[in-house]
Amino acid sequence: MHALDNISLDVASGESIGIVGETGSGKSTLGKAVLEILPPRTEIKGRLVFRGRELGQLDKARIRHIRGEEIALIFQDPMTRLNPLMTIEDHFVETIKAHQRVSRHEALARAEAALASMRVPESRISNYPHEFSGGMRQRIMIALALVLNPSLLVADEPTTSLDVIVEAQILEILEDLKRTYKMSLLLITHNLGIVAEVCDRVAVFYAGKIVEVGTVDDIFTRPIHPYTRLLLQSIIHLDTKELHSIDGAPPDLVSPPTGCRFHPRCPYAQAVCREKIPPLDQFRQDQLAACLFGKDFL
Amino acid sequence: MPFRKGFPLITLSTTGQDSDKPLLDVENLRVYYPVRGPLIQKIFQREKLSVHAVDGVSFTLKPGEIFGLVGESGCGKTTTGRAVLRLVDPTSGSIKFEGINITTLKEKVLRPLRTRMQIIFQDPHASLNPAMSIGRAIGHPLKIHGLAWQEEDVKKRVLTAMREVGLTPEEQLYDKYPSDLSGGQKQRAVIARAMILKPKLIVADEPVAMLDMSIRAKVLELMLDLKKKYNLTYLFITHDLATAKFLCDRIAIMYLGRIVETGPAKLIYNDPKHPYTKALLQAIPIPDPRRRARKVLPKGEVPDAVNPPMGCRFHPRCPAVLPTCGWEGRDFLDYLEERRTDLKKGKVDEVNLGPLDLWKAKGLVAERHCRPENIAIITEYIRSILNEAPSPLSKAVERVRNVENRLVVQFRTPDPLAPKEVEGRLVECLLY
Repeated sequence: MHALDNISLDVASGESIGIVGETGSGKSTLGKAVLEILPPRTEIKGRLVFRGRELGQLDKARIRHIRGEEIALIFQDPMTRLNPLMTIEDHFVETIKAHQRVSRHEALARAEAALASMRVPESRISNYPHEFSGGMRQRIMIALALVLNPSLLVADEPTTSLDVIVEAQILEILEDLKRTYKMSLLLITHNLGIVAEVCDRVAVFYAGKIVEVGTVDDIFTRPIHPYTRLLLQSIIHLDTKELHSIDGAPPDLVSPPTGCRFHPRCPYAQAVCREKIPPLDQFRQDQLAACLFGKDFL
Repeated sequence: MPFRKGFPLITLSTTGQDSDKPLLDVENLRVYYPVRGPLIQKIFQREKLSVHAVDGVSFTLKPGEIFGLVGESGCGKTTTGRAVLRLVDPTSGSIKFEGINITTLKEKVLRPLRTRMQIIFQDPHASLNPAMSIGRAIGHPLKIHGLAWQEEDVKKRVLTAMREVGLTPEEQLYDKYPSDLSGGQKQRAVIARAMILKPKLIVADEPVAMLDMSIRAKVLELMLDLKKKYNLTYLFITHDLATAKFLCDRIAIMYLGRIVETGPAKLIYNDPKHPYTKALLQAIPIPDPRRRARKVLPKGEVPDAVNPPMGCRFHPRCPAVLPTCGWEGRDFLDYLEERRTDLKKGKVDEVNLGPLDLWKAKGLVAERHCRPENIAIITEYIRSILNEAPSPLSKAVERVRNVENRLVVQFRTPDPLAPKEVEGRLVECLLY
């Protein structure tokens, strides 16, 4: 199965980029690839360069060092990251000591500062994960990811299991962090609303490929690729007057469609779309799309 | 035509008369789930603990309307939907379906009524038996209710139902298993299974939440088509305010087991009255980068339903809260805890007050034990932090006093709260 096929993407320092796509689009695989945490027998080709270093060529110890300290990850479900048998204090001490030679006392001081910045009362540092609410756990996980001051944060559906109000609270925290620490953010989500509110740039994934990438303003106000256009139309928001959907369902990646992978669902598809794989071409200054007829949609 | 003597007179109600009478009438519904704990806890705890999942909810559904129950997780919307169909037993209150009180009906008597009320669950994968073919699953209700026995007849009706919900080519899909279908197709199968009994009422519990954005609209359109064709009534349960706005005629916003605002959807969306409704509407991410704005969000999260807040349940988080809304002892403890996250105030508090676990809250009172030599200083410190920044909480404090060696912070009794009619809708809030 080809979960990702020929993806090229760069993230500038301090930039936040949204990765959007539906189920099976490969967006989470990308996040895992960046952290080098794909399952052992996965075949990976291509290069992953982080601050001038090619991650694929580093040894395990170096990668472990980068992962966590320079690139941090937060997941959809905090309980997959937090160990139910460890107190919050233990989590922090373990994480900090794995990367830096500091005393327990120093580690604790840092943990308390990180928790306070997430508005988690330090008095609860000796509690266990189950003693916190869902939003609080998510904040603890973010504090844990940020305690080592990473320069890139990969957030895979960080608010999907949360309610709207708590979701909005977490998104505000992420925005503040971005601003204060000049941290880069790779935000993986299916929710286009979140991307519009938090990100500078966005890459739209479909069936393991990038179909369009550009600034948030361009993608949301003048999308080029038919999939992006239809996906934006299909969002049900408060001003929706009419329902729109895309015919068919996302394809099976074991045998993806030939040519443009979106052609079976595309209302504008021509015969050539079935044969020729569209390259990711530049159509505007910061906007690239993988559609053979891209210029017709400008 | 002369009636035979002794023949019971059955008045067949015509649709014209029906439309005034509610199809479903729920009054003061309460559903409490007992909290199961270890035996030792049961022995030593005098009061029985329970989750107040639904706590006094009333609404009616007119035939042919779509009524939305909207709220965050844990607000009781799903429990309400299930209680309405008697899938969970109500603790108190009454549920009338087509004028019949079904609150305590025995399953045997209830069963024939069930053909007229069906449910669609959120997760289509979990609502279909993986070992049962799609055709058999859709035809299953006919057999359960004894409406059709002959295989041929069942199959004919199943195929019709499949065509109706767009599960085509139906002959080919009939023998397929759930794992062969996409998420959207599975949800269509679930809808077909509910529709095959020709129900009047459908409780739809987050029917599109698990589906990808690009296929949600298709399923919602199908539900609207079926409604028009069969004059269905939907109880639409969702956390998604945007979908509810598009779909529903009337909505009820639920918070922690209560309806806080209910009325025509248009009115509520155009001009929400309850601070919680306002907060929810504001929190929805807008897919338009040109409309980015800083939001005024309520703090914290939905509290525990085992022991819901006094007065208005939203008061600890409400941005428009008044001193009369229901402040109580534990709010004071939360306030002290919140101060500790402030680096400056927290340190000063720690020096003056020591650890927070000295405090206890019970009802309208927060108190702690103090050593006789410290009590005057601590009382003075508490008074000073209450005065330093007047807030609804500090104004709700009736007095701070010393009783023997205890420092007692006493809150005033909250004002009574009841739903009030405000500009065409019911709102449960002291602001009005």
